Amino acid sequence: MQKPKKIAPGQLEGAANRLLNRGGRMQMVYAWRPEPEQIELRYVAHEKPRKPFSVWACRPSKPVPSLARIWPLLSWYEREVTDLFGFPFQDQPQPEPLVLLAGAEPAAPPFDPTYPAGVELSVSASKMSLPEIAGAEAAVQLLPFGPVRADVLESAEFLFVYIGEAILHLSTRLFFKHRGMEKRFEGTSPGQAVILAERVSGVGTIAHALAYCQAVEAASNCVVPPRARFLRVLLAELERLYNHLHYFGHLCHTTTLKVGEAEGKLLEERAKQLNGRLTGSRLLRGVLALGGLRRDLSPQGWLSAELDKLREAFAGYAARLEETDSYLDRLITTGPLEREVAFEQGATGPIERGSGIDRDLRRDHPYAAYADLPFKVALRDAGDAHARAQVRMDEVQSSIALMQQVIDRLPDGPIREPCEIVPRSEGLGWSESPRGTLFYAVHFDADANLARVKIKSPSFSNWRAFPFTVHQTNMMDYAINEASFGLTVAGCAR
Amino acid sequence: MPLWTLFGLLEGRQTTPWPLAKGNNGQSGVIGMPRYHPDLCCEGCEACAEVCPTGAITLRPGAGEGGRFDVDYGRCVVCQLCTEACPTDAMTPSSDWAFGVSNRADLVWRAHPERAKAAQGTAQRPFRRSLHIRHVDSGSCNGCESELQALNNPFYNLHRLGIFFTASPRFADLLLVTGPVTYAMREPLRATYEAMPEPRWVMAIGTCAVSGGVAENGYACGHGLEGVIPVDVYLPGCPPNPAAIIEALLMFLERAPQRVRGGQVVD
Repeated sequence: MQKPKKIAPGQLEGAANRLLNRGGRMQMVYAWRPEPEQIELRYVAHEKPRKPFSVWACRPSKPVPSLARIWPLLSWYEREVTDLFGFPFQDQPQPEPLVLLAGAEPAAPPFDPTYPAGVELSVSASKMSLPEIAGAEAAVQLLPFGPVRADVLESAEFLFVYIGEAILHLSTRLFFKHRGMEKRFEGTSPGQAVILAERVSGVGTIAHALAYCQAVEAASNCVVPPRARFLRVLLAELERLYNHLHYFGHLCHTTTLKVGEAEGKLLEERAKQLNGRLTGSRLLRGVLALGGLRRDLSPQGWLSAELDKLREAFAGYAARLEETDSYLDRLITTGPLEREVAFEQGATGPIERGSGIDRDLRRDHPYAAYADLPFKVALRDAGDAHARAQVRMDEVQSSIALMQQVIDRLPDGPIREPCEIVPRSEGLGWSESPRGTLFYAVHFDADANLARVKIKSPSFSNWRAFPFTVHQTNMMDYAINEASFGLTVAGCAR
Repeated sequence: MPLWTLFGLLEGRQTTPWPLAKGNNGQSGVIGMPRYHPDLCCEGCEACAEVCPTGAITLRPGAGEGGRFDVDYGRCVVCQLCTEACPTDAMTPSSDWAFGVSNRADLVWRAHPERAKAAQGTAQRPFRRSLHIRHVDSGSCNGCESELQALNNPFYNLHRLGIFFTASPRFADLLLVTGPVTYAMREPLRATYEAMPEPRWVMAIGTCAVSGGVAENGYACGHGLEGVIPVDVYLPGCPPNPAAIIEALLMFLERAPQRVRGGQVVD
């Protein structure tokens, strides 16, 4: 990781503008406390493929200007800093709680040193704030939905403002599931914290644990042995495989293609059973460790044939989907996300690649063994639900091809290198999860304990972009559009 | 327009005969709760308790029968760190994942657990052949949801067992809760429970719902369902796999025995 660049509060806006003009992309801002009384803001930005991410460190003594007007995607990150650290941003366009429920109002912010340990937040009646509706109020209807929704779904609250079939506005509250996971890392031993990272987002077990491990490995200059690096790719792609297969089952559910739904879910089940057979865990838990893997895996001799069967079954399935009018009619032109909006609002993963933004951390900032494993990044530019689905369709194929390469070329040798934590060190780790860009930033204190862990999850980014595809569309398309994003709430709320 | 139905039929029957008849439960190779062998434990060693991230293994003051440690499977997240740390195989990996119990105390290891007694005419008996479930996510990592959603895939095909998920708590007999219960979900969870007609039951799915799991003791979470709503069935696991969930549901309906007593498989 590049050494953080010190930046004065007054220079932030200029630096943010220059980053935009030179074609970089802001990733996130987070706060931490190098000293109990000192808050430091960290801005992380992508400059160019295969160049290190740049990190700006700003130690403000008073509120700093919000950069949300230059980088709209920063707005949620700033609001999170305000909620958790009590640090305000000047001219924040939406200065209301995001991560904490309105009405929680703790005596001290949860990341403040004065916040009493072991005390749980509480909230009684908490109402969603609404935009003002002018004009023909009489015709406007409100539909509240959640936080307990239908079916087996994650908890989140939605409020539709609509006239007849047309949606005027969608308000969301996505942080009912906020568990304070970042704070839970603090003081946990770095090795045990892998177990925490695996449980931040269940269906992103590998992506999270891998980004965390790589952050710590970067901080402690630990070099992971080749066999472990290849096996990490295998695990990450197995995760992508079952997630994407689930995606198609669910997408067929919303387009009421019943056999397609059953077949998608059956393929997902087969993939999960392969996970169980390879690692002992259907969600691939308990394998990653700092410096490599906890135990060796033996994919050779059987996994390749199983993956081939899945590839063949999926190819037939995908071809049938692409020939089914009732399915295509409901996806094509549904929920369009303009390339510009995707960029500004920070959309990531298959969502931005469906809107024509050619980014993939596996290729642009390679980690594990991706630098040695060629693959083609899936890309579409229509920006609609169909484009998002097609990106995932291509990714299933390339994912299986990547795994076959890993199995063919898997080197022998050790699977773990000891990882010696350096006091007062810090590291940035990342992975391209099935849903997009995932970052972990870790900071160690003078005793080599975890002092701060920041998680930037892809669903946090994509949920922010999502409402832009809902406004001015209709109610019938909503569920299909949401399914086409393939979001998780747990990753977003953490 | 492809012939979906034809292709579907050509796939043949994909549903496992298990649990109604002998067959593949789909969990080949899946690791469950670590097994505790107190007789293999070394004096002075606390390696397992030190690595446990959720305090499932704690040193017991005063040695007695059952070794030096209290092992609470209701707190276990199946991470296997203890099995790797133990130098003497007193903690070993196993495939014991069917850990549904109706008494919380049965998740704590004890020596000489009694064998299961035959169930006798409890209140849920009328629901044996048709059970409606309302699920509430009280702040899970989505791992439990992933496995709950799998129940309706063609392999497990939960419907054939007469068990259905329902959208409204008004139609539900059983509330199935995942997650450690965040401060923000506590009221919506209670409201859902209150909206259910009596008789009503609650099943805690996953270690988070049983005891709080990895998110416990933070500023946003409590200790699972403890002290929030009464629980009738506890199923720890991280996450419990679909077969474990099916076993727990059938156990609740008295169509299958409870396999675990005193923290070990006795059935």
